Amino acid sequence: MSSTQIKKPLGLQVLTYGFVLLWFILAAFPFLWTFWGSFKVELDFFSKADWTNAISGVRTQVVYGKAFTGAGYEGAWIQEEFWRAFRNTGIVCFFTVLTSLTIATLGGYALSRSGFRYSFWLLIIALIFRALPPITLVSGYLLPFFQWNIWGILPTTIIVLVAINQPFTLWMLHSFFQKIPKELDESAKVDGCTQFQAFRHVIIPIMWPGVITAGLFSFLLAYNDFAVTAMLLSQDNQTMVPKIASFMGTTQVEGNVMFAVAAVVSAVIPLFILVMFFQRQLVSGLTAGAVKG
Amino acid sequence: MKHKTFFWFFLPTAMAMFLFIALPLVSVVSQSLHVPHDKVLITVENCDPFGCTSQTQIDHTLTQVLYEAEPLGQWAGLRIYFDRGHLAIKEVGEMWRGSSDLGDFFSTLNNLPFYRAMGFTLTFTFLVTPFVLLFGFLIALAVNSLHQRLKGVMIFFSLLPMIVTPLIGSLIMFWMIDSRGIIGTALQVLLDNPELSLKASTGLTWVTLIIYGIWHAAPFAFIVFYAGLQTVPKETLESAMIDGATRLQQIIHVVIPHLAPLVAFVALMQLMDNFRVFEPIIGFNAAAHATSLSWIIYNDLGGETRLLSSAATTSVLTIIGISILLAPVLVRTWREFNPKG
Repeated sequence: MSSTQIKKPLGLQVLTYGFVLLWFILAAFPFLWTFWGSFKVELDFFSKADWTNAISGVRTQVVYGKAFTGAGYEGAWIQEEFWRAFRNTGIVCFFTVLTSLTIATLGGYALSRSGFRYSFWLLIIALIFRALPPITLVSGYLLPFFQWNIWGILPTTIIVLVAINQPFTLWMLHSFFQKIPKELDESAKVDGCTQFQAFRHVIIPIMWPGVITAGLFSFLLAYNDFAVTAMLLSQDNQTMVPKIASFMGTTQVEGNVMFAVAAVVSAVIPLFILVMFFQRQLVSGLTAGAVKG
Repeated sequence: MKHKTFFWFFLPTAMAMFLFIALPLVSVVSQSLHVPHDKVLITVENCDPFGCTSQTQIDHTLTQVLYEAEPLGQWAGLRIYFDRGHLAIKEVGEMWRGSSDLGDFFSTLNNLPFYRAMGFTLTFTFLVTPFVLLFGFLIALAVNSLHQRLKGVMIFFSLLPMIVTPLIGSLIMFWMIDSRGIIGTALQVLLDNPELSLKASTGLTWVTLIIYGIWHAAPFAFIVFYAGLQTVPKETLESAMIDGATRLQQIIHVVIPHLAPLVAFVALMQLMDNFRVFEPIIGFNAAAHATSLSWIIYNDLGGETRLLSSAATTSVLTIIGISILLAPVLVRTWREFNPKG
């Protein structure tokens, strides 16, 4: 596009670069600032007297003899047992992604290959379910879960997250499978394969790009969930996000805000790495629904 | 695909959605129509050598019998919907009669929890959505004109505000706008008001939450519009240029019409997501000044006494709100699929 355009006037160019720079600062600065500050003491992180203290770490030097300290991380991970929440998040995310991809791949494939009217209705129902805020379902879970004594444990939460993930994953994989030509598995069936064999030998080898993209969004949904995990997990089984929320109440009183800051930075780092490696898949996933619709 | 094969392929996902979305939904509706049984109280008289005292106790056997007879609780009909914590029909009627004009009516309406939450939810939804569209579009235009290598870097950093958990993102902002934090202090110096605190007033809290909402969602609009910009037909742009269209005219008459379907898509996704605004209120610790429908549900469910019926009623009202907002999407999907059948 730019090659066909006449060179931009200087004013517009300055404006464009200025705006991009502004957005860059808005998007990146809060994370960099909090990351840097998480290695300081509270009086540096919140320094009213002189904001440069937060960069140079004057008070941190007074307390620890150097400008950086891992005290916040130590407090969060060891004293407040944040490692437990980190492990729980790991378990929840792994099993949620695994289960929801397995069943949504089968379902999405079936929907894309069935021309009957009910498949359209199933997609509409999934769309309606997708629009429901998860928190509106929580009061429906609590009574039976208490009664069957399965409240508070990880497997229950994993199953609920899988179910809540399904509508979105199903839609994404359905539109992905529709792009794979039907002739591929039809010809395998002509050669004598059953539908499942056609799926197994023809579709599975070529479906990974779509499955990885859907898996990323499944992962993000499970990793970022607060409404369900806060309500369905007991204190010991909490994942990172509800744990951080409960930190807020306790640490503010004890003056250990830095524990919470360290915990927040610890929870952001995996996401940072995820974006670094899967940027292209994330972008294609975000635009898949839009470009199609 | 045969019906039978379809059935087996689709069964696992259908079971998951049926058991953990459809059934809970039914249960939520039924809970909103029932109230828990009162405990059966009996008065027992204890007599000892010094005289008799009467004592009120819970009769566990009788309570148990009641629970077994009607496990759902007492039928309440729409009573919970109309009580003070929800639609508050009676109170609203009184306020309507008691207030002198519309403005007065709305300010008294603000005292009722449901309407206060509704007020914030709707304000948030209908302010954040257009600003997200606008900013997303501007960022997409600006980034699109950058050098190839810079584009990748910008997309990477732009994804962060969106990918990061809302609760965590709002906590990061919360610490920065603290009166001792960098933005809070900077504002105090700039506005020459050392007492300024963004957390203290309702208006400023709303502004903070809305700015956070825009910051969080603008990347989504940006990514979608940026992808759309790559597909703008070059020929149309060139012919517009030859005809003497200015840059602005090219954008208004070529680019924006091309992106129109994407704008509709982003707008609807945003309406849906912003209507459920919830985590920022927890992150910013803003419940004293701003509540949303989702926050009311969370608040009812948390705490020592779990107010299931009340939460269920708010849930049903939220779902009704969502369906009104999303009716256009459903109609559109319907039209899109129907010709194919």
